Amino acid sequence: MARIIKKELLNENVSRLTVDAPHIARAARPGQFVVIIPREDAERIPLTIADADVAKGTITIIFQIVGATTTVLDSLPEGAEIAHLLGPLGTPSHIAKLGTVVVIGGGVGIAEIYPAVKAHKAIGNEVITIIGARNKELLIYEKELTAYSSRLVVTTDDGSAGRKGFVSDELKDIIASGKKIAEVVAVGPVPMMRVCCETTKPHGIKTVVSLNPLMLDATGMCGVCRVTVGGQIKFACVEGPEFDGHQVDFAELTARLKGYKDVEKQAHDHVCRLLKGLEK
Amino acid sequence: MAEKKKRLHMQERTAAERVRDFQEVPLGYTPEEAMAEAKRCIQCKNPLCVKGCPVEVKIPEFIKLVAEGKFAEASRKIKETNALPAVCGRVCPQEEQCELKCILGVKGEPVAIGTLERFVADWEREHGKQEPRRSAAGSRVAVVGSGPAGLTCAGDLARLGYQVTIFESLHVTGGVLTYGIPEFRLPKKIVDLEVEYVKTLGVEVKTDMLIGNVYTIEELLKDYKAVFIGSGAGLPKFMGIPGENLDGVYSANEYLFRVNMMKAWKFPESLTPVKIGKRVAVVGGGNVAMDAARVSLRLGAAEVTILYRRTQEEMPARIEEIKRAREEGIVFKILTLPVAYHAAEKGWVKEAECLQMELGEPDASGRRRPVAIPHSEFRLPVDTVIVAIGNSPNPLIPMRTPALKTEKWGGVIVTAEGLTSLPSVYAGGDIVRGAATVISAMGDGKRAAKAIDRLLSPVKQ
Ligand SMILES: Cc1cc2nc3c(=O)[nH]c(=O)nc-3n(C[C@H](O)[C@H](O)[C@H](O)COP(=O)(O)OP(=O)(O)OC[C@H]3O[C@@H](n4cnc5c(N)ncnc54)[C@H](O)[C@@H]3O)c2cc1C
Ligand SMILES: Cc1cc2nc3c(=O)[nH]c(=O)nc-3n(C[C@H](O)[C@H](O)[C@H](O)COP(=O)(O)OP(=O)(O)OC[C@H]3O[C@@H](n4cnc5c(N)ncnc54)[C@H](O)[C@@H]3O)c2cc1C
Ligand code: SF4
Ligand code: SF4
Ligand code: FES
Repeated sequence: MARIIKKELLNENVSRLTVDAPHIARAARPGQFVVIIPREDAERIPLTIADADVAKGTITIIFQIVGATTTVLDSLPEGAEIAHLLGPLGTPSHIAKLGTVVVIGGGVGIAEIYPAVKAHKAIGNEVITIIGARNKELLIYEKELTAYSSRLVVTTDDGSAGRKGFVSDELKDIIASGKKIAEVVAVGPVPMMRVCCETTKPHGIKTVVSLNPLMLDATGMCGVCRVTVGGQIKFACVEGPEFDGHQVDFAELTARLKGYKDVEKQAHDHVCRLLKGLEK
Repeated sequence: MAEKKKRLHMQERTAAERVRDFQEVPLGYTPEEAMAEAKRCIQCKNPLCVKGCPVEVKIPEFIKLVAEGKFAEASRKIKETNALPAVCGRVCPQEEQCELKCILGVKGEPVAIGTLERFVADWEREHGKQEPRRSAAGSRVAVVGSGPAGLTCAGDLARLGYQVTIFESLHVTGGVLTYGIPEFRLPKKIVDLEVEYVKTLGVEVKTDMLIGNVYTIEELLKDYKAVFIGSGAGLPKFMGIPGENLDGVYSANEYLFRVNMMKAWKFPESLTPVKIGKRVAVVGGGNVAMDAARVSLRLGAAEVTILYRRTQEEMPARIEEIKRAREEGIVFKILTLPVAYHAAEKGWVKEAECLQMELGEPDASGRRRPVAIPHSEFRLPVDTVIVAIGNSPNPLIPMRTPALKTEKWGGVIVTAEGLTSLPSVYAGGDIVRGAATVISAMGDGKRAAKAIDRLLSPVKQ
């Protein structure tokens, strides 16, 4: 059991929870995640550890409400107990003093890059952060990220905030400016990560992506999280979730993410009916 | 002579009755049947059966008590050495363990030791009262994993007076007993009760704790005098053939985990889905393959086919499970090797491309090697494929513990008493052996508990 200490809505579809979990806060490193089962009958879902406070013994998770289990999680109020919380999971990011690092976050991935931005800054790298969303309303974490970035660039698809366009447009411009980039980190929807990799590959700039395949146990037992990297099967929950983006088979990942789409809708409808029933 | 009496076999539910539900297949003995079967045992002075049991159940002693109708005493006798008798009585490969050695087996059928053990454990559950134990005050020992290896090691140490904490990474206990072996072979209620029994011995269980990530083994050693690693098998094996990552191709672990652990058969009331098509192919010939096939049938598949590259004789599954699978209508395509899977437009698997095999010369394992018959390829229409060709030892703890020595194939290296390359750190079960059996995992747990006791209480010896 883990208690929700604080709950905030970052926008209409994204919530932030601060959860009491001292043993996870102590051990968490950037790039790692937790598995949450909000209620006994719910799924095991993976969520990135967006921040950890060792002194207070808390971790922060930020999630987008997309389906049944995230809906259930969002229905829990402050003070409620999460049925199960397991972590930290996965292999931590490799953070080293490199020079200039460009960290890119898209959608809810914006919150997921926060630990990496902080860690690269702390080790002495110059951090250029690019964040992108469909529109102004969906932008999150601008203030938090600015505090640790040498430069922060905002892009929106419709131009309602920052530059109109995609994060990759900004990345292209930085590369074109001749700036020496040691590493790019890209976290967000699969198409975004794929485009970032396509952008950096011709220039030989190392690009780390954080993959989000379906997961079940997330401890290396079931194999549902398998991804093909450099022609080999990797289990993202233990060997990842971060991989060298130039080696990742994105087409396969996209196909495997769709496997359950139809039935997930059924679960979502079921949960919505249930939650509405409870409210009445 | 008494031993001429025929062995009494348990009653079973008929195939037609059982294939659409998850209730247990065999029905167990009645008290009268148990006493009659127990009387077949000739109470050997030098009982060979015990030599076949990795956890040294006092077989003639408990069987004598059953013959006398003293079931509570029989239960106590078994539990002196075996904390999980209701599980062992169901899933031990008795025909290769205790019953293989039973003297009656030389001329006729061995005593039904496993069934008797199951009867006693079930009787105890329904009638007996489990006496709570004293709380322990001895040294603290950490056990990683709550599968049969970890539970046995923890139970034995608690009985010896140690303060034991089990760390389990999943949200429920039992390891493969819970997430792997299906309900109709091993009801989860029984596993839960066996775990409860271990808890009454004074063992503390912490779930949602992934050792290696939450605490390293080195960190555990600061708070605990010894550590036992029973983290079991992980990483399902794949064949590395084209199409294996298509949608609709599961590892058996994923498939069974969704069904047994996450209760996907209750979807959408339970939120984890499983998709099962009309035509299911299961690749492999072990217990895991039989389980996956029989689960598929129960989830409504119209046709379930086992693809195995050798013949039924070489299948590693227990004979009685193969028999039950056949009775239930599972199709066995032996001497068949899948070489690729093909997808429909939407990316979902549609066909398994297979080769027909024949048996050639014996290979290193002594079994005749399957060789492909030229130009024998054919395509089997499928909409679900379940790959059940085994698992490697769970790599996480070795990954996070560089000083822990492992074999090339991933097994943790241990001495005869279960000690790893790290002082005070022991290991056993599938993490050491690769995919093995419940009873060998329990034997390892028991052996390590003895060694830990020798390490921590040298004066007693
Ligand atoms: C390592 C890792 C870290 C993650 N971190 C975060 C995070 O910090 N914040 C966050 O909001 N989400 C994160 N995700 C994604 C999150 O796990 C999924 O959104 C969640 O599982 C959806 O569950 P659901 O039951 O609500 O929706 P479902 O009903 O399961 O899915 C709803 C829709 O989302 C899609 N979907 C399901 N799982 C994923 C996935 N893993 N990635 C992309 N799409 C998916 C489905 O195809 C479907 O269309 C992470 C995923 C991984 C693997
Ligand atoms: C479907 C199936 C059917 C089978 N049928 C039979 C049968 O009929 N008869 C038979 O004898 N055998 C059978 N087996 C094999 C048998 O179940 C295993 O050999 C046995 O369970 C191994 O026991 P174990 O304790 O070593 O590991 P497991 O049972 O695998 O338990 C290991 C436990 O450790 C936990 N763990 C792993 N890593 C960590 C970590 N880092 N930190 C904390 N916890 C961790 C896991 O979550 C798990 O709960 C079957 C196996 C399967 C999969
Ligand atoms: S535990 Fe297994 S091997 Fe030992 S007596 Fe019981 S059934 Fe036989
Ligand atoms: S070997 Fe057979 S007959 Fe002899 S004691 Fe054991 S079970 Fe009884
Ligand atoms: S999620 Fe099961 S092996 Fe990775």
